[in-house]
Amino acid sequence: MTLRISLGVLLTLVIVAAIGFPISASPRHWYEFPLIPGLEEKARLIFFHVPTAWLSVMAFFTSMVYGILYLRRRDPMDDISSSVAAGLGFLFCILATITGAIWAKFNWGSFWNWDPRETSIFVLLLIYGAYFSLRSAVDVEEKRATLSSVYSIIAAVTVPFFIFIMPRIMTGLHPGAKGDPDGAGPVIDFKMSPNMRVVFFASLIGFTGLFVWMFRLRVRTARLEYFEHAKG
Amino acid sequence: MTAAETPVRRWLRATGAVFMKDWRSELRTRYAISALVMFVITTISIILFALGGEGASPEVLSGMLWVVIFFAAMSGLARTFVMEEERGTAMMLQLTAAPSAVFAGKLLFNLVLGAGLTVLTVVLYLFFISGFTVQTYSIFLATITLGSIGLAAASTIIAAIIARANTKGTLYPVLSFPILLPLLMTVISATRLAADGMPFSEAFGEFQILISYIVVVVTTSILLFEYIWKD
Repeated sequence: MTLRISLGVLLTLVIVAAIGFPISASPRHWYEFPLIPGLEEKARLIFFHVPTAWLSVMAFFTSMVYGILYLRRRDPMDDISSSVAAGLGFLFCILATITGAIWAKFNWGSFWNWDPRETSIFVLLLIYGAYFSLRSAVDVEEKRATLSSVYSIIAAVTVPFFIFIMPRIMTGLHPGAKGDPDGAGPVIDFKMSPNMRVVFFASLIGFTGLFVWMFRLRVRTARLEYFEHAKG
Repeated sequence: MTAAETPVRRWLRATGAVFMKDWRSELRTRYAISALVMFVITTISIILFALGGEGASPEVLSGMLWVVIFFAAMSGLARTFVMEEERGTAMMLQLTAAPSAVFAGKLLFNLVLGAGLTVLTVVLYLFFISGFTVQTYSIFLATITLGSIGLAAASTIIAAIIARANTKGTLYPVLSFPILLPLLMTVISATRLAADGMPFSEAFGEFQILISYIVVVVTTSILLFEYIWKD
């Protein structure tokens, strides 16, 4: 309850700040964001797009961790948590892809350019898709849990090639890629003013809290469904 | 069997036995081999028809080579595990050999099959597709070798997974593609370097990625195979 209310307050503040704060070429007040040449108003996307992408990766690893726990303990509850995390990750992955594609249309001229970053989110989408098709292809509950746990672990050890290494070592259009005139690395280090950073990290914390809240809620309903199913 | 046999020797013998069993049964039916050969021939002729005498750039053609290899692998490399389930021999194998030995034997079999498949595809490709010429053979050979090892390694563990699922055929490429994508993108870019005649040192980064990919995939496969294999 407290989590829900404080999340609501935090995210409202973040949304108001991220959308409402003016961007000016020479910021004088604490609430004015500096103007970033080439990005202008489009810079606001970072407050929503990056946290969603961050969540989809975090959900992916949460799913893997519960997969490992399932293989160790053989507790069906771990499998439920694993699939719930994957479901939420899929949702946020789609959100990150769509927001990114819309932004790319206005900033780079087309919805999709196969920039390394776009490739990496595409692969993440494919993995989530594969994970759910595998789950739907196995009827026996224990077998489904084992196979999907194994698959999520295999995916998690090969995918870092994409999400963390490739976009940094390959030249691309995405901010923070190699070839970015301001240097490669996390964008927060070199492009954001202090007030942007505060909003950004508040958004990141807010989205992480959102994930925790949604995750717990979904796990609870999924468990109820499981027991209902087990009863009759 | 002597009492003095060490565990390592016994494991090696079991691995060899699993490999030989698959090899003999493959030679009897020639199911995977004929499927692979026909698949490669069909795909290359489709590419030839599609090109229709028009030349394509070496960049496009080096990507196309791996498209052929990927889908050919998807048509044949799952056989080794699916066969056990279809014939109902999986249980027998579980009783007679350690899971890691079964995996190693199957991996060995797929490595041989994958190598044969890659060599066949490359030979036919170089022979029939005139626009594709390799300038730096050292890069090309290393890419082909590492690529077919990585392909076989990732396909083997995915084959073990899908053999246990209901829809085996369609699920295989779906599950394999995301896992194989890092490998495919790397081999495609290395093949381009070979087609462009870059010096060997230029492709070092690609080879590092390929080697680490193979190590990571094989290690996790060995660790996880037991969970898939045991009922």
